[in-house]
Amino acid sequence: MTKTTETTGYNERLEQKLATIFAGGQPKYHEKMKESNKLFVRDRLKLLFDDENYVEDGRFANVEAGDLPADGVVTAIGKVNGQTVCVMANDSTVKAGSWGFRTVEKIIRIQETAEKMQVPMLYLVDSAGARITDQLDMFPNRRGAGRIFHNQVRMSGMVPQVCLLFGPSAAGGAYIPAFCDIVIMVEGNASMYLGSPRMAEKVIGEKVTLEEMGGARMHCTVSGVGDVLVATEEEAISEARRYLQNFPANFAVKPEKIEAKAAKAGRTLEAIIPENQNAPFDMYELIDQLVDEGSFFDIKKLFAAELITGIARIDGQVVGILANQPKVKGGVLFGDSADKGAKFINLCDAFSIPLLFLADVPGFMIGTKVERAGIIRHGAKFIAAMSSATVPKISVIVRKAYGAGLYAMAGPAFEPDVCIALPTAQIAVMGPEAAVNAVYSNKIEAIEDPKERIKYVQEKHREYKEEIDIYKLASELIIDEIVAPHQLRDVLSQRLSFYESKELPLPYRKHAITPV
Amino acid sequence: MKELKASMAGTVLNVLVAEGESVTPGQALIMLESMKMEIPVEAEVAGTVEKIHVETGSFVNEEETLVTFAE
Repeated sequence: MTKTTETTGYNERLEQKLATIFAGGQPKYHEKMKESNKLFVRDRLKLLFDDENYVEDGRFANVEAGDLPADGVVTAIGKVNGQTVCVMANDSTVKAGSWGFRTVEKIIRIQETAEKMQVPMLYLVDSAGARITDQLDMFPNRRGAGRIFHNQVRMSGMVPQVCLLFGPSAAGGAYIPAFCDIVIMVEGNASMYLGSPRMAEKVIGEKVTLEEMGGARMHCTVSGVGDVLVATEEEAISEARRYLQNFPANFAVKPEKIEAKAAKAGRTLEAIIPENQNAPFDMYELIDQLVDEGSFFDIKKLFAAELITGIARIDGQVVGILANQPKVKGGVLFGDSADKGAKFINLCDAFSIPLLFLADVPGFMIGTKVERAGIIRHGAKFIAAMSSATVPKISVIVRKAYGAGLYAMAGPAFEPDVCIALPTAQIAVMGPEAAVNAVYSNKIEAIEDPKERIKYVQEKHREYKEEIDIYKLASELIIDEIVAPHQLRDVLSQRLSFYESKELPLPYRKHAITPV
Repeated sequence: MKELKASMAGTVLNVLVAEGESVTPGQALIMLESMKMEIPVEAEVAGTVEKIHVETGSFVNEEETLVTFAE
């Protein structure tokens, strides 16, 4: 009898402790969360996992302190789309989600678990940063915060790493998103910055709002540190789940084929692509005709929109698409578009996602502004990423592909598995107008009669167009196939399934010196 | 004051709107020519055009104001 009573006492103590932990921080902080449409960390996890069947480690961290339940972070293993994942999730009701010694240790341990199990690692970030009172225990030491970033770098390309940003990610903490494959940000609540507006005012004298300094919209449109802008936390979580559907658990496994769906009903490619090489059109409309309806996952949609990057399905097969967008900045490539393309290629290549390039590109931007900003090294970064990718690479020349634009979009010299041209394709060092000007400008100026001059120029244009005629390039084996636009989807589906077994050994060396 | 700015450096090919006209988001207001391409510059929000700062043939730099809208 005595023994049973004692056991009950033990259980009561455990239940009491658990109740404190599950309650999180003080009620006033929960109220504050509700006011800003934020969910409590444990409710976020309920939405994220397939069911409530997940396990948690280090739940009792700092339980003796009384007011620091779980030490402000929940670390758990659960299932997303039937796939095991590891998660760290800040609790901003506990000391604003700040990192103490045990917080950092828990994050490091769950990362180590993800690496050992070779499963995706998710970071649900909502944290004010370092707990300064704990700094010697959590900042500079071997298992201090730096180790979190060190682990992220080590795990990069090994397992998918996803960041969902629900609140601030401040100072050093801002490197968690920076080292992830993808960052989903909730508009109005999520922010990233090295120094807060208050600090900026004190240290450099700048007066700025939080939104301007590091808001979600700013990062997803201007800086490019954010990838997906969403309106609510629920949307952030469902987007993360949708994103992960396209990925294998780790680099050694190939992504799975899912059930095929027809493309969205719409105009044919013949109707979408204008005959005039210089006229704008919406590349999204073309992509819709190639991919399974509803499958396109847009990455960095609002940043450097002249280049579209996204993951989709063609007849259920996963594919990473890079497409020039003629409607935005003429589809010309800039420094930012090069960065966007390079990171996207690295992402797909790491996780065995084949690449599809849809080229309609006048080239890289020219002019003093871009030269001073280093467009050459930015372009080199893009070309290097494309060139080193060993996944199946399919290059489709939709319309024009001029100059280094052809290189960036996996032109024939970069070992694409195939270079397909649509009948509208035009491959050249530069467009007819620019080329005729470059070669014959002296002769053109020497002709005095304006009518004669126009006639001469038109004649040279015609000659130039004949020279770069797409059938001539096909005849010379420069391109591999010419496909009728309405057949493109079927051809891509066929080729993706044939290339599935592609294996390309990496060159023997430690690593490339990648241009940055 | 709400403004429409040039998305990139280029020459104004066409002005597609008149002062006093009201515009809708996504409507192309100015057609630029740059890198031999026609580049529509679209209104981001609805508004009434107060002033057009460029004409056909003007060279504009990236971020230069093309159109100002009434408050």
